Amino acid sequence: MARRDAAPLSAAEFLRFCWTQLTSMRTALVLLFAFALAALPGSLIPQRPVNPVRVTDFIRDNPTLGRFYDAVGLFDVYASWWFAGIYLLLLVSLVGCIVPRIGTYVRALRTPPPRTPRRLSRLPESVAGASALAPGEALDAAESWLTKRRFRVRRQDDSVSAERGYLREFGNLLFHVSLVFVLAGIAWSSLFGYKGSVIVVEGQAFSNNLSQYDDFSAGGAFNPSQLVPFTIWVDRFDAKFELGRAQRGAARQFTAHVRTAEGAGAPVPSTIEVNHPLTFGGTSVHLIGHGYAPVVTVTDASGQTAFSGPVVFLPQDGNFTSQGAIKAPDARPQRLGFECFFLPTAVVDERGPHSVFPDAFAPQLFCNAWSGAPRQETGRPESVYSLDKAGLTQLSQNGRVVNFRLEPGQVVDLPGGAKLEFRDWKRWTKLQVSSTPGLPLTFGAIVVAVTGLCLSLFVRPRRLFVRVGERTEVGGLDRADARVGLADDVAALAAAVGLPDARPAHEPAHEPAGDPQHEPEKEDA
Amino acid sequence: MTADVMGYYSFLAMVTSAVIYLVAFAAFSAEWASARNLDAGGHEPDAARESADRLRVDKYGRIGLALTCVGLLSHVAGVVLRGVAGRRAPWGNMYEFVTVSLAFAAAAMLVLAMRRGQRWLGLPTTLLLTIGQGLAVTVFYVDVAPLVPALHSVWFVVHIVAACASGAMFNLGAIASVLYLIRTRAEARGGVRGYLARVPDSRALDRFAYRVHAFAFPLWTFTIAAGSIWAEYAWGRYWGWDPKETCSLVTWVVYAAYLHARATAGWQGRPAAWLAVVGVVSFWFNFVGINLLVSGLHSYAGI
Repeated sequence: MARRDAAPLSAAEFLRFCWTQLTSMRTALVLLFAFALAALPGSLIPQRPVNPVRVTDFIRDNPTLGRFYDAVGLFDVYASWWFAGIYLLLLVSLVGCIVPRIGTYVRALRTPPPRTPRRLSRLPESVAGASALAPGEALDAAESWLTKRRFRVRRQDDSVSAERGYLREFGNLLFHVSLVFVLAGIAWSSLFGYKGSVIVVEGQAFSNNLSQYDDFSAGGAFNPSQLVPFTIWVDRFDAKFELGRAQRGAARQFTAHVRTAEGAGAPVPSTIEVNHPLTFGGTSVHLIGHGYAPVVTVTDASGQTAFSGPVVFLPQDGNFTSQGAIKAPDARPQRLGFECFFLPTAVVDERGPHSVFPDAFAPQLFCNAWSGAPRQETGRPESVYSLDKAGLTQLSQNGRVVNFRLEPGQVVDLPGGAKLEFRDWKRWTKLQVSSTPGLPLTFGAIVVAVTGLCLSLFVRPRRLFVRVGERTEVGGLDRADARVGLADDVAALAAAVGLPDARPAHEPAHEPAGDPQHEPEKEDA
Repeated sequence: MTADVMGYYSFLAMVTSAVIYLVAFAAFSAEWASARNLDAGGHEPDAARESADRLRVDKYGRIGLALTCVGLLSHVAGVVLRGVAGRRAPWGNMYEFVTVSLAFAAAAMLVLAMRRGQRWLGLPTTLLLTIGQGLAVTVFYVDVAPLVPALHSVWFVVHIVAACASGAMFNLGAIASVLYLIRTRAEARGGVRGYLARVPDSRALDRFAYRVHAFAFPLWTFTIAAGSIWAEYAWGRYWGWDPKETCSLVTWVVYAAYLHARATAGWQGRPAAWLAVVGVVSFWFNFVGINLLVSGLHSYAGI
């Protein structure tokens, strides 16, 4: 940076100053630190997109801290303005650093290797002696030796200079350019992609249109016509859990046996497993969850079936203690509702009823019952997993609240004449349907980036020189500090140009001599 | 042999390797302890005695290497038996990850010591191996068990082997960087004594650390990329800011900063070495802290 004596900077100069600062390596380093620091809280503080329940719990337990965190976006770090600011600056810094270097690199490719320096003895490795060959022959021999080893050679009057390892800077640039493409792929995916999930009970089906999703999010450029038409019938969901002593209860196998049809095609049997999603064109269907759905029948006091079918319950712990609500709004004279727990392997002890194993070895349904005057259908959405108790009173008999437990096949008679039958249970599976159109670009760019990275770290640029004259001199230097085999190369080249037992022209210095044309180069951008 | 018996022998082999590494550490300690007179430059220049001293010092070093070899054999036997007992690749939980990663570290140390003449690595690496294997068999140990469905994938082999190998190299690199920090301070104070006199000078240490990190960094990049591809298959998203993912990225960024720092005026030398130390701390935090303290999709410790 040129300094001026207190002369005020013009706007253009100021912008130029900012640009130079932003694209300097020092700034890149600071931005890398900032990025690392800013990313860290997201792995320690609960994040809303990952686990909203834990965020709510955190705010409840630490109200003051929670409010502060919420205000500065610490519950959603990766969508916060300051995180975006850091990575955008990093991206600009990267592009600003890389573009001029691409120009420099292209110019370097067009230019032959540098002229032979005046004093080869000042290079980190050099030998000198009397050659057995005539000067011209020696230079010819040097040229053929160097060309065979894929050096770029420049012949001068009395000397040869050569350089190899251009791929290092190429790899370096390739790596950094690929990073831009990785980000472009991510941006593409988040603009045009979508992701939705749906819970499907065994025996039910899902068709890919917006109305069928339980939750759905899409990028700004998404158009519902992008949804590939397909239908999935979930016939059976198999879940196996560890029965042995070690890691008892751990998941072992999940398989959804399905039939699928694309568009109006005929159904084809298929399976979905955890690492084996289904694909329809660019759309993937993943298995991301499962649980239990008790199958119940509610018969009202008039003997009419008020509700019948499976009810999806949500698992609350690793042993699938599941919570849900059975609703019979059409029951008469009073509508009915039940708050229930489904326990796949039920145990009642001092902790109360809970499940001790995730598989359904001793399934039981624990409920209490509510009733109220029939309500007009309002169309107002309400949770299917919990009971809205407004206008409902809990059923009781002889002054005691009614609660009961049922095994499959059992029926309970409720005060007032209604019945609840726990007929059976089914499993449900949560399917995630997603389209990530930028994925091939992102992964392709990552592959290229890793290749470039390897080139930039493992290719060793090297320059070798031969000068003939009274004494024949051979010297070399490495342009990155990976001086392995430089002495060997210099000795071999010396032998090739006819120096019989080449002695070092001097003790090799540790640092390449301060010849400005041959300063050791920086390793990375 | 039943799986239980094989699991037991595997455990026994791991314990044995920890003990042998400890003895190897003692041998390397004897190497530099006996070399102290040599490096200080004895007052009487007695050539015969000096050469006898040198032989003795060298003998301890070679004993250390031989013991490390034996320890590694037992260590590898433990890993293989564990795999046979579980009938799967033996890197499915924290205990298994530590043991496999340390096997990589031991193998890398032996190669570097015997092929590249970096025997100074023996002392710190056997210390790392002893502590690591010791912690593995006492704190991290869990019985052999099959894998959860999310791990039924070829990426289970690719992603985790790469993670183990890069972890091993980051640790060796950190050893070199820490020694670099200690040695540059000693050089500045003019008091390079004891073990420090037997490690390469600071410039060579810095270069060694750079090469090890330059090897580990692309491997770590690959680990994260492979994990991301696997996550797309298993969880339906290639990146979800899971605590383990985030911390891996932070580790990656710190090492990227290290590589940049080595090429930036004002950051070369000690600041860059400190970055390498921060990098390995973040790697360890990602492994121990995230596994045990934070719940996420990578919670596989099973402890």
